Amino acid sequence: MTTQAYDSEIASRIIAGFDARPEMLVQVLVAFVERFGWISEDAVRQVAAELNLSRAEVHGVVSYYHDFRTSPPGRHIVKICQAESCQAMGSRQLSAHMVKTLGLAMHSSTEAFTLEPVYCLGNCACSPAIMVDGRSYGRVTAERFDGIVAALQESG
Amino acid sequence: MAATTIYVPRETAAISVGADDVAIAIARHAKEAGDQIRLVRNGSWGASWLEPLIEVKVDNKRIAYGNVEAADIRDLFAAGLTSGGMHAKRLGPIDDIPYLIDQDRWTFWRCGLIEPLSLDDFRAHQGFNALETAFESGPQAVIDAVTTSGLRGRGGAGFPTGIKWKTVADTPGGQKYITVNADEGDSGTFSDRILIEGDPLGLIESMLIAGFAVGASRGYIYLRSEYPLARSILSRAIEIAHDAGWLGDDIQGSGFDFDIELHVGAGSYVCGEETAMLESLEGRPGIVRYKPPLPAFEGLFGKPTVVNNVVTLASVPNIINLGGERYASYGVDRSKGTLAFQLAGNIRRGGLVEKAFGITVRQLIEDWGGGTASGRPVKAVQVGGPLGAYLTAEQLDTPLDYEAFTNMGAMIGHGGIVVFDDTVNMAHQARFAMEFCAIESCGKCTPCRIGSTRGVEVIDRIIADDNREENYDLLVELCDTMEDASLCAMGGMTPYPVRSILKYFAEDFASAQGADQ
Repeated sequence: MTTQAYDSEIASRIIAGFDARPEMLVQVLVAFVERFGWISEDAVRQVAAELNLSRAEVHGVVSYYHDFRTSPPGRHIVKICQAESCQAMGSRQLSAHMVKTLGLAMHSSTEAFTLEPVYCLGNCACSPAIMVDGRSYGRVTAERFDGIVAALQESG
Repeated sequence: MAATTIYVPRETAAISVGADDVAIAIARHAKEAGDQIRLVRNGSWGASWLEPLIEVKVDNKRIAYGNVEAADIRDLFAAGLTSGGMHAKRLGPIDDIPYLIDQDRWTFWRCGLIEPLSLDDFRAHQGFNALETAFESGPQAVIDAVTTSGLRGRGGAGFPTGIKWKTVADTPGGQKYITVNADEGDSGTFSDRILIEGDPLGLIESMLIAGFAVGASRGYIYLRSEYPLARSILSRAIEIAHDAGWLGDDIQGSGFDFDIELHVGAGSYVCGEETAMLESLEGRPGIVRYKPPLPAFEGLFGKPTVVNNVVTLASVPNIINLGGERYASYGVDRSKGTLAFQLAGNIRRGGLVEKAFGITVRQLIEDWGGGTASGRPVKAVQVGGPLGAYLTAEQLDTPLDYEAFTNMGAMIGHGGIVVFDDTVNMAHQARFAMEFCAIESCGKCTPCRIGSTRGVEVIDRIIADDNREENYDLLVELCDTMEDASLCAMGGMTPYPVRSILKYFAEDFASAQGADQ
């Protein structure tokens, strides 16, 4: 993922890109997560000020949606589907393998990786499915996952 | 010599199993071999089990090769790929593949066939014909055709689309909106995604027709964040339509103005509930609204609003082109037309099957799906997403018909069919149903917010054989409360899968402890 440190000028440009319309709050935050990886306290303050909303309103939205992380993620974001179709194809075992391989629990991060559960990636005919840095992988086995991780570790 | 056209899908499922690598390998080998090729990134035909499924156009026939890997490309070229040469992975003409030809492709007929972001290809395949017809015949004729077709909401609720459109058209109120629910969160469903990735201009045309019919000049698409490829394709399609005068002011000289804004979700399942989606579109937490008022009267920003699922809308152009009666001739009783069923989970041949209502779950699983992927017996089938009941192997002969499903405490929902083999422990699935509700509940109403958490605890006690009988009764009571008193389908229907398990798979609670999760 090519996220970068929070930068209030870039943040301002993102907000201006949505014409600073308060009803675009969710979209602004989506763009922030794409750009910066997470929503910091600075981000909440700036969004509130520039969209003319209270910090409480912004906080309410940030805390409601799963995608709005409030701590910085690792360099690579790994999401594993935990929903029924993938369960039927062994996602529980695959999750356990991933937790072990990456050495981190669900919803947690190291500098290199963030591991997050997701409830359906819409790739259910190729279960079990995972998403790594926004890219979908289907029919994932423990071996295939290890290969994906090895390639990421090589590339940094 | 003219360049040979080779199709490699640019679609999430295909890419997830290597289609991009296949496309790169084809381009490289063609260059090395000095073969003139035109590489087209089409959408998917929906036969996901065959992905990556590539095609080569030979004498106006498209010859398919299935489960192609990048490592096969050298071999395929050696076998004469560009002239449709024989190879172990050759499937023959795409038009002869039984999985595809035995379907009733009404809504998805362009998916796989066309180049999704080519306006010319779209136009060459009837693109915008229905809109032009609508402009000529007027809004009332469009609403009449949709009403005659018997089309019902494909998001899951099954509300008659014609009535919804008429209501919005008849409601005074200046600005009106078309909103498209593309927050396809049910596990086992991917039809919205396949449509958007394979025929994005078709969705735009459908929105234009809806806007013209009800008198709305603005449309919003709410697309889930888990679909980044669909998002990129749809954004580009909106630009293309805009640049060619199919969006904006005075569209093609018709005097009709319409613009579309694409919004992306942020990982909340409940935002697929229509009022939660409207809240999210307005920039707030996706917390459901009380109904009434219905969105048709007071929807987005308090204005009359059509909320339609992607597949519902995309069924409309052919209803205009071929007539509402024709659509209504498919299906059974009050379930008219076709539905894109999606075969998922433990299934040998997973994918999208668009068929007329009335087909049975067993036909889909056996005739199309080929049984389980594991080869083991089917134990349970969840139809309609996480809020749908689990069917037993004995119930699979039920015809897919909204009312038939309702009558047995089940639902068709968005058409997802998730198969489990006999290694599943259903007590774990009951627990997951409650757990999922606890994770995704918007928190507005108590039965859903608290009930789901209590549900997980009660199921844990049943599994642990802690006052099993009493807790079993308590769980039934909890299901009653959630079903009767929740604000929306999230809390109101979470009991469906739980009850079906209590009724048909109760023995699994005794064996769940220590069973492999």
